[in-house]
Amino acid sequence: MFEYVWLIPLFPLIGVVINGLFGKKIKNETVIGGIAAGAVFGSFLVACGILFQLLSLPGEERHFEKTIFTWISSGNFKADIGFLIDPLSCLMLMVVTGIGFLIHLYSIGYMHGEEGFYRYFTYLNLFTFSMLLLVSGNNMLLMFVGWEGVGLCSYLLIGYYFHKKSAGDAGKKAFVMNRIGDFGFLLGLFTLYWYLGGTHNVWTINFRELASHADLIVPGAITTTVALCFFLGATGKSAQIPLYTWLPDAMEGPTPVSALIHAATMVTAGVYMIARMNFIYIKSPTALLVIACVGAATALFAATIGTAQNDIKRVLAYSTVSQLGYMFLAMGVGAFGAGVFHLMTHAFFKACLFLGSGSVIHAMHHALHHEHSDADPQDMRNMGALKAKMPVTFATFLLATIAIAGIPGFAGFFSKDEILWQAFSNPHHGSANMLLWGAGAVAAGLTAFYMFRLVFMTFFGKTRLSDKAFHHLHESPWVITVPLVCLAFLSVVGGWIGVPKVLGEVLGGMPNYFEHYLEPVFAYSTNYMLHGGHGAEHAHSIAMEWGLMGVSVLIACGGIALAWALYIVAPGFPEKFVSTFPVLHRAVYNKWYIDEIYDFAFVNPCKACGNFLWKGFDVVVVDGIVNGVASVVRGISGLLRHLQTGMVHNYAFSMALGVVVIVGVYLFR
Amino acid sequence: MLAIDNYLILSAIMFAIGTVGVLTKRNAIVIFMCIELMLNAVNLTFIAFSRYLGNLDGQVFVFFVMTVAAAEAAVGLALMIALYKNRESIDVEDVNLMKL
Repeated sequence: MFEYVWLIPLFPLIGVVINGLFGKKIKNETVIGGIAAGAVFGSFLVACGILFQLLSLPGEERHFEKTIFTWISSGNFKADIGFLIDPLSCLMLMVVTGIGFLIHLYSIGYMHGEEGFYRYFTYLNLFTFSMLLLVSGNNMLLMFVGWEGVGLCSYLLIGYYFHKKSAGDAGKKAFVMNRIGDFGFLLGLFTLYWYLGGTHNVWTINFRELASHADLIVPGAITTTVALCFFLGATGKSAQIPLYTWLPDAMEGPTPVSALIHAATMVTAGVYMIARMNFIYIKSPTALLVIACVGAATALFAATIGTAQNDIKRVLAYSTVSQLGYMFLAMGVGAFGAGVFHLMTHAFFKACLFLGSGSVIHAMHHALHHEHSDADPQDMRNMGALKAKMPVTFATFLLATIAIAGIPGFAGFFSKDEILWQAFSNPHHGSANMLLWGAGAVAAGLTAFYMFRLVFMTFFGKTRLSDKAFHHLHESPWVITVPLVCLAFLSVVGGWIGVPKVLGEVLGGMPNYFEHYLEPVFAYSTNYMLHGGHGAEHAHSIAMEWGLMGVSVLIACGGIALAWALYIVAPGFPEKFVSTFPVLHRAVYNKWYIDEIYDFAFVNPCKACGNFLWKGFDVVVVDGIVNGVASVVRGISGLLRHLQTGMVHNYAFSMALGVVVIVGVYLFR
Repeated sequence: MLAIDNYLILSAIMFAIGTVGVLTKRNAIVIFMCIELMLNAVNLTFIAFSRYLGNLDGQVFVFFVMTVAAAEAAVGLALMIALYKNRESIDVEDVNLMKL
């Protein structure tokens, strides 16, 4: 099965070609959607086969490289078109193809009747292709191709409704923000290549070769530079402080796109990249500290903004930023496995939440359309009491919300709790650990609060629609609800493959399958920490772990109870709160004015600089030189023009004169 | 037999008359005739030298020149008819479309 790994990215590429070239002619939505979803399903089947073969091998043999052909070969530099299979890339393949297939299926229902239906599926397939290339490429350059490809598709899909100016702007914003990150990625790549090649004569960008030479990467300024440059790339792609502002704006795209690209897969590319290069990061305590702080700060910061947003998708967007912060916190404390685990569970429940919100928006849109109302179908202040009308959407949404809130037994609990425990007990950051854990715990409470605020505002209470519009609300068709049910199921049970050790012992020696599965990928880092790593291993008691687990569950329950009290028991209270602290509310509602600050600090100076170069340099200097040359030539030719009289006589005379001169020269010299 | 100088002087005079005619006349047909005069002046030189040197090469050249001149006359007269049809004049001063 390993030999056929190249089929995984090939299927979506075929879908791109068919739908891209002939989609406009095919017109039939079932055929277009069927081709796109079928292609991803084919990839999913191949990925399943590879996973089962991988699991049948013993741990240390779980890697395979398939080189298709040499892509670039120049001097010492060599890059292949090749695929790397190991537990990490296989996991990512499963997540991307599995969730990707469900979302393709969902899109067939959601995008029904949209203009440019074929265009949407072409982009979506192209995205899937790029993402698969990103996670399965065997060298950094191929990864970068996928990295850029997903950025491009993200831009195209955010700007899908390009006739809306806000959508076009959001697309451009995402693209520019991602470019800043890509710049960091490239610098990191060049520095690493130059450093390993220049000092150790190891000229390679292949992941496995790099990993086998990991001993050559010694702690120091260069390693930290490399690590931080790559991390800059990750902050762009994965929406971390300071480059996170594009993600909330990316909600301008169709909702399934938000679910696939801006929640489940693309934004986790940064986390995947750091996990893939864990052997570099483990050598740089400074970089780890930076990542942990940025992750924790993002988790907390985005969660505060999420509490005051009224647009259902924006709440989820900030929630995504916040959850990505958790993953980076995990990376930063050296708990790579826990971060990847949270990546997976988050993909389940966040995809479910986004698709659920899409189902709600879909229904709201129809209901408001019937009433000819201009009200915003995404605004939660227009919703309420939807649970009776949309039972399947409600049930799945509620399960996913419980999962993200971190209630024991659901997927989010296991992964989030593991990250918090690692943040508290890791040997890397000493006294900063308490702060990291604190930020994570508070963010967990806020998460539970704003997610249940969303659920209560949307599904509970009294409806804020008119009777007529409310009457027209209806549950979505099966292509929408089936993916919801699948994802909700995964959100509930997905966590049980990674039960923490202390819990597992109570449950009769249940092992942590997930950690065990990923062990070979992070073996180098684990060994490095055991043998002469930095910092001493703290002894933490089992009681402590239980205690912290209890605390985080209590915090989550507290958040839920607060949301219940504010939005169900005393619905008038939030308004009272807003009028009591108007400044605070306005700041949070306006996202702490970060966009405005960026406009002031970066965007406008850049614009002014561009305007100066345009009007001051291009128009005056460049155009001046070009026009100057032209007018000099014109002046000279204006003088010479008088020789061309257009009179045949004059020409004949000058010829005769010339003959006389030539003959004269010969005669009299 | 006359000395070769006489032929050459006559030829030179004919050539000069032809040249002046080309440069001064405005009627295209007259210019054309002047060109023929120049050609024939050259022909005369060829013949004279051919006789003087006892070599037939010069006379062969004259045949070529006459052939080309005949062809040229055909083309030239056709051009002039076309010109006259367009402009009702064969004055070369009127043919100045190339001028700015």
